[in-house]
Amino acid sequence: MISTLKLATRNLLRYRRRTLLTALLIMLGVTALLLFVAAAGSFKQTMVGSITDSMLGHLQIHRKGYTASIDNLPLNMSLQPGLVSKIEAALKTEPDVAAYSLRVKLGAMFSNFTENTSIRLNGIDPVAEDATVPGLRQRINEGDKSGSLVLPGSVLIPTLLARGMKVKVGDAVVLVVTNASGSVNGKTFTVGGVLDGVTGPGGRDGYIHIDDARELLRMEKPEVMEIAVRLKSIATLATAQQRLARAFDEIRNKEGKVVTELHSWADLSPFANIVRMIDLMTLFIRIMLIAIVLVSVMNVMLMAVYERIREIGTLAAIGTQPGKLMAIFLAEGLLLGLAGAAAGIAISSALVAALNISPLVFAFGREQVTLHPHLALAEVLGVLGLAVFVSGLASLQPAWRAARMDPIQALRHV
Amino acid sequence: MALIQASDVTKNYRVGDDDVPALRGLSFEIDEGAFAAFVGPSGSGKSTLLNLIGCLDHPTSGTLRVGGTDIATLSRSAAARFRGENLGFVFQDFNLVPVLSGYENIEYPLLMVRGWSPEKRRDRVRKMIAAVDMSAHAHKRPDQLSGGQKQRIAVARALVGEPRLVLADEPTANLDHDTAYRILNLMKAMRDDFGTSFIFSTHDPKIMNEAELSFTLEDGRLQPEGAAA
Repeated sequence: MISTLKLATRNLLRYRRRTLLTALLIMLGVTALLLFVAAAGSFKQTMVGSITDSMLGHLQIHRKGYTASIDNLPLNMSLQPGLVSKIEAALKTEPDVAAYSLRVKLGAMFSNFTENTSIRLNGIDPVAEDATVPGLRQRINEGDKSGSLVLPGSVLIPTLLARGMKVKVGDAVVLVVTNASGSVNGKTFTVGGVLDGVTGPGGRDGYIHIDDARELLRMEKPEVMEIAVRLKSIATLATAQQRLARAFDEIRNKEGKVVTELHSWADLSPFANIVRMIDLMTLFIRIMLIAIVLVSVMNVMLMAVYERIREIGTLAAIGTQPGKLMAIFLAEGLLLGLAGAAAGIAISSALVAALNISPLVFAFGREQVTLHPHLALAEVLGVLGLAVFVSGLASLQPAWRAARMDPIQALRHV
Repeated sequence: MALIQASDVTKNYRVGDDDVPALRGLSFEIDEGAFAAFVGPSGSGKSTLLNLIGCLDHPTSGTLRVGGTDIATLSRSAAARFRGENLGFVFQDFNLVPVLSGYENIEYPLLMVRGWSPEKRRDRVRKMIAAVDMSAHAHKRPDQLSGGQKQRIAVARALVGEPRLVLADEPTANLDHDTAYRILNLMKAMRDDFGTSFIFSTHDPKIMNEAELSFTLEDGRLQPEGAAA
């Protein structure tokens, strides 16, 4: 084995320029793929983190049919207290759930005493909300970030609304709502903070205390429109969602119908489509890498076999088994792929390290996204394995040709 | 028993729709320890016959036994194994592996074909290098060696696996007169020292005279003694 690899290395070094050019091509392909994966991964992680940590949570539970009409913030599709208790019981037994937050969602008229506009509001329990979407606090750009997220009688409003209505922290405003039975109610609030907007549904919402929301809506029972759930790790999303879906499937009404719906952040945010697009682009770049390695290694190995026909004949004549001849050429292809991929990994690792020292910052909508690319070991090993495997595949036909060569014809070759 | 027994051996090559005979009904025997030559002009069938004896090809008809083995019965890999264990080859163009040093070229059959242990390999290769008087040049690659030096390495490579027979196709054709004689004398000395049989082909009458036994071929037929071209 070692002698085969040694011979293969010597043969690769025999045609230094050709080997270098092919390895360079593989290196560029691997570098491009790994850099894209690292940067896209960082972008995805940042954006998904921003969406789930500061707004949606990882999972959301609503009454069945609520999300279909979520734009209207229907008040008559709430989760009743008995149902909420059952859901909470299921959430408490799910080991992957880190926290959850009950929300009352409502639409309101926002007045600064001179002008009116509409606002979408979330009535929240500040402690539960803080535990479920810890990034929400980071979005407060004016006001107290360190205290309670939202105090009774205060409202957190989005930046665009604050600018448009020319209100600032400490100003008094009035929120007017129409409740489920059609009666109108209003209450004066103090602006407790101004929030940066984020991309996606709910990214421009305001926040009030859940007790204030229920008071405004004159709720007789502690109803809830939405339960946001935070998992201990987003990596367990699929399995946790499956388990919770099974648990909620058992919560049924008198007619035996399922009364809740469970969605992941990806079901609710259009950014999931961008994530899918990025994954598709990664797949295309992976296919390009395969094509580059396949064509370049096969070309080099075919040339190597053609140029060494007499040598192959000699080795066969002196008793080298066809399998060993094949192994010599296969080893050359594999080593070529390995060298190119290893160089690509080294360069992309260096570039990723450099990008972490001076990160790339760019605007995505109204957000400033800072990329902190990271190369996961599994991804690096996967790309290395892919490059080596495809190199082996590309060498298979030339190696087979060498092994099957008629020694007499080969020895006669000029 | 003779080392080589040929009985009515023919070999035809297919050229287009025609069968072109290269060897026509050859029958002969060569004993163990021989220093024999196949002599004849270009196209007389010398190389074809050496290829058959070297198990690189099969006869079209007739029987050819090498060391008691009917070579027509050998599969591709069995033939390779047979060559590796029983035969050595010396080529007109030396055919050394250019990326290996002289030492490594000699070591190659033991390492890649026979699978000897490193110690056994080292002892045998050193012995062969000394036998062909190449100790001072064994570390050099073929492109750093003269024609005569390359052929010495090639002879050592052919003998290193302790074969019963070494086949040399025009081993002196690319060498000057003096070097050619030195190589022939070396081969003869190797035969004397190691007891290995040597069969070589040549079209050079002077070289032919160095053989202890010679067969003259013409148009694929063995010529009676004294009828050589």
